Amino acid sequence: MNFHEYAAKAKVLVPAGIAVPRGTLCRSAEEAGAAFGEIGPCIVKAQVPTGKRGKAGGIRTADSAAEAQSVARAILGMTIDGYPVESVLVEERAAIAREFYAAVVTDFADRRPLVLFSTQGGMDIEEIAARDPQSIRRHPVEIDAGFGADDARSMLAGLGLEAAEPQVTSVLQALYGIYGRCDAELVEINPLALLADGRVVALDCKFVLDDAAIFRQAELAAAGAREKLTPLEQRGADAGLKFIQLDGNVGVLANGAGLTMTTMDVIRHCGGQPANFLEIGGEAYTKAETALDLVLSGAGVKSLVINFCGAFARTDVMADGVVKAWEKLKPKVPVFFSIHGTGEEEAVKLVRERLGIEPYDFMEDAVRAAVEAAQ
Amino acid sequence: MIIYRQQHRVLVQGITGKQGTFWTEKMMACGTRVVAGVNPKRAGETHLGVPVFATAADAMVKAPYEVAVMFVPPSMAKDAALDAVGAGVKLLVCLTEHIPGQDVMAMHAAARRADTRIVGPNTAGLVTPGEGFVGIMPGHNTNVFQPGSIGVISRSGSLGTLVALNLTRAGIGQSAFLGIGGDPMIGTTTRDALEALDQDPRTTAVVLVGEIGGAMEEKAAIYAAGMTKPVVAFIAGRASPAGKKMGHAGAIVTGSAGSYASKRKALEDAGVVVVDTPRQIPEALAARLATVAGASMRPVAHTDARVHG
Repeated sequence: MNFHEYAAKAKVLVPAGIAVPRGTLCRSAEEAGAAFGEIGPCIVKAQVPTGKRGKAGGIRTADSAAEAQSVARAILGMTIDGYPVESVLVEERAAIAREFYAAVVTDFADRRPLVLFSTQGGMDIEEIAARDPQSIRRHPVEIDAGFGADDARSMLAGLGLEAAEPQVTSVLQALYGIYGRCDAELVEINPLALLADGRVVALDCKFVLDDAAIFRQAELAAAGAREKLTPLEQRGADAGLKFIQLDGNVGVLANGAGLTMTTMDVIRHCGGQPANFLEIGGEAYTKAETALDLVLSGAGVKSLVINFCGAFARTDVMADGVVKAWEKLKPKVPVFFSIHGTGEEEAVKLVRERLGIEPYDFMEDAVRAAVEAAQ
Repeated sequence: MIIYRQQHRVLVQGITGKQGTFWTEKMMACGTRVVAGVNPKRAGETHLGVPVFATAADAMVKAPYEVAVMFVPPSMAKDAALDAVGAGVKLLVCLTEHIPGQDVMAMHAAARRADTRIVGPNTAGLVTPGEGFVGIMPGHNTNVFQPGSIGVISRSGSLGTLVALNLTRAGIGQSAFLGIGGDPMIGTTTRDALEALDQDPRTTAVVLVGEIGGAMEEKAAIYAAGMTKPVVAFIAGRASPAGKKMGHAGAIVTGSAGSYASKRKALEDAGVVVVDTPRQIPEALAARLATVAGASMRPVAHTDARVHG
């Protein structure tokens, strides 16, 4: 789960004692104009959970209340990376001496947290990492040993931070604390600015909450950004199903992410285009009825492949759900089944007797027939 | 130790639950040596004919085991895993999906220190046709699994089942199915599984079923380049849109690393045959084996090698 900058600063950085600029969240141009009165020369920043704000023109400066108002009006009308801008953060403009980069991220391949620091913050960190890998310090952490002040100091040694070093040390430790306490996958400050007056301040923050930990981070998760979903995808999410609408005309209902992706691949291989991705693996296999409803609600669906290969998921339970939904929805599009694995005999019998449809022995044949029917 | 063997004794954590009960019965019917279970609230009872203990540590004293399999919800998975690792289990099969990343890292850290092998999280488990299975695979279904000499590696249980089924239908038996799990932080990687099958004397060739996302297939390709046993691969996710998270947290495509093209190229450069659909696997395998001197699939007839039980 992604967070807007203002939420990441207010809910994550500030409670951990990391300094941020004075700022006000504004939902209208008038509010932005008023905020200028309190803040003075400012920066107006679009609040969308994507990293493409600056390049899209979603971050601009203002030197008067009138300018703050007009800049905010322009930004509030924008859509950035598919997200309509619904609010802007009006922040004091600081005199920056140096810009650093600091982050704690889950290194999935290494199965450990990784603390990152660079004195070349502010710019595109991926570009810097590719061009000059030495400029980024990396410190893998043994999660049960933690990340102490000595670890932070050794990471910063020789970087010439001088008087700022104690402050940066505390920021790194605070970031690591946030990472564990808030179940983060990423907490990143870029830039972490050393101001002309000697303060160290987080000018921006990206925070990604581990979706698997939402059950124990309910309060924090309430401040997270909503995902960019179509109404149908939202219906899926509300039912606890991962459903993604695509442009194709062959609907897909399969169990497990691997088999679902494979069914989509075979549709493409046979010259068709999948209309959706839908995950009913794991415990979700009992939701076949809702799942079928979702797949059939897609506007462009001309035919449907139902491909079950039961391991944990019982095909008889899924077939029962499909049959029930089928009898209720009475869909007009042709459907092509392939059913194997756990519960196969009962599932095939259900489909044969209740729907009068004979499942294909190979999924490739079911897919080919569905692709032909859709054309 | 990654491949399950019949002499391995198995502890089932969460044995009394609905899924724990359902799958323990299936495992036992297949010949798996389940010796004990865990449920803190039902210690002292007997379930499915085996003793139930409060902890994995207690079970280790009274009913020693080498393998533990977890039927435990995400919020309790870390404690269950640390219990089993602390008890000295050699191989921990973690079926649980959606465990918080912080907990998964703590599990792996403990396992590293104790030299425990974790398979998963989010694995469907391990099947050794003719010997038994540990997990939530249809290891008991002889239409799907038959003893033979082909090793199968899969992140996904459903797709792995389909691949095993296709092999069996083509008269090709399997030496082992290694489900490694769909999570982004798994204890046993594609490369680890490939190495185990390469070193297994009962395996003559390997089918590698990968998925987009991460760099595990690319790393396995480096190992495959030095293998004499043939490897055939299928990578799922070619038609999945870039940047979308397709269910398995591991299957995220960003940039070129982890993409279908990157994985296919790495594997093909290493001499691995990459097929376009699962149905092409048996044929590709037969063709590759025909070119390797001394290798064979030792096809197993469906009637004379049924999994007992």
